[in-house]
Amino acid sequence: MPAPDGGIVFAILAFVIIVSALMVVSLKNIFHCALALVLCLFAVAGVYILLNAEFLAAAQVLIYVGAVAILMIFAVMLTSKLASRKIRQTNENALTAFFVCVIVALSTIVLITKTDVWRLTDKALPADNIATIGKYLMTKFMLPFEVVSVLLLAAMIGAIVLARKEKS
Amino acid sequence: MFYYLGLAAILFSIGLFGVLTRRNTIGILMSLELMFNAANINFVAFNRYIITDGLTGQLFAIFIVVVAAAEAAVGLAIVLLVYRNWRGIDTDHYSVMKW
Repeated sequence: MPAPDGGIVFAILAFVIIVSALMVVSLKNIFHCALALVLCLFAVAGVYILLNAEFLAAAQVLIYVGAVAILMIFAVMLTSKLASRKIRQTNENALTAFFVCVIVALSTIVLITKTDVWRLTDKALPADNIATIGKYLMTKFMLPFEVVSVLLLAAMIGAIVLARKEKS
Repeated sequence: MFYYLGLAAILFSIGLFGVLTRRNTIGILMSLELMFNAANINFVAFNRYIITDGLTGQLFAIFIVVVAAAEAAVGLAIVLLVYRNWRGIDTDHYSVMKW
């Protein structure tokens, strides 16, 4: 099995991703969890750059770190008394869930290493793939693009309607 | 490619663990984001290393990011609504869908 592209950079990014993801699921203070989530999403953007997906990395930083994580932090602060460390943050299923997750991870990794029907290539993607993405979004993926814009509008209106104070 | 897929598998399992064990609803949503990112890493890795005729994997990943953003917006609005009605967002506080 050859070494991954990016070598030491990939190793560092993978380490950061796994450690910060573990912090997201295990820290007691939910606010610290949100900050660890930001770190994890940044590292995932780095992985995208290693994989020649520069536009996706930029979108990841803008949407996830800029919007979703900020939204999470706002929600944590609006429900502020839950951020105290007194409250137990996990339920009674932790041990069972741990074994289930270890089994899922190990079986997936075994499947990945055993499977070799993929037609692999080492050819790098063209350097101008941002232009190609734009072209695809306006031609072949026109319909999903429009559907997803309607979905965003629906989500925006839905969020406003849900979070509005009811008059009573 | 196998390293990227393995990283995504580990990240997905960590997110699954969070979804299964968190009591705080916002914590569950954060773990969901981790699982979305694991799926995205898979898409981009396949797009990079498998012979395809375009950038379909990256486009799918972009659509996943957008759908995840919409999901987070609606999910957090529901969380705020639940907090207003029950004064708490732990998943064992509320067990009804209608009141």
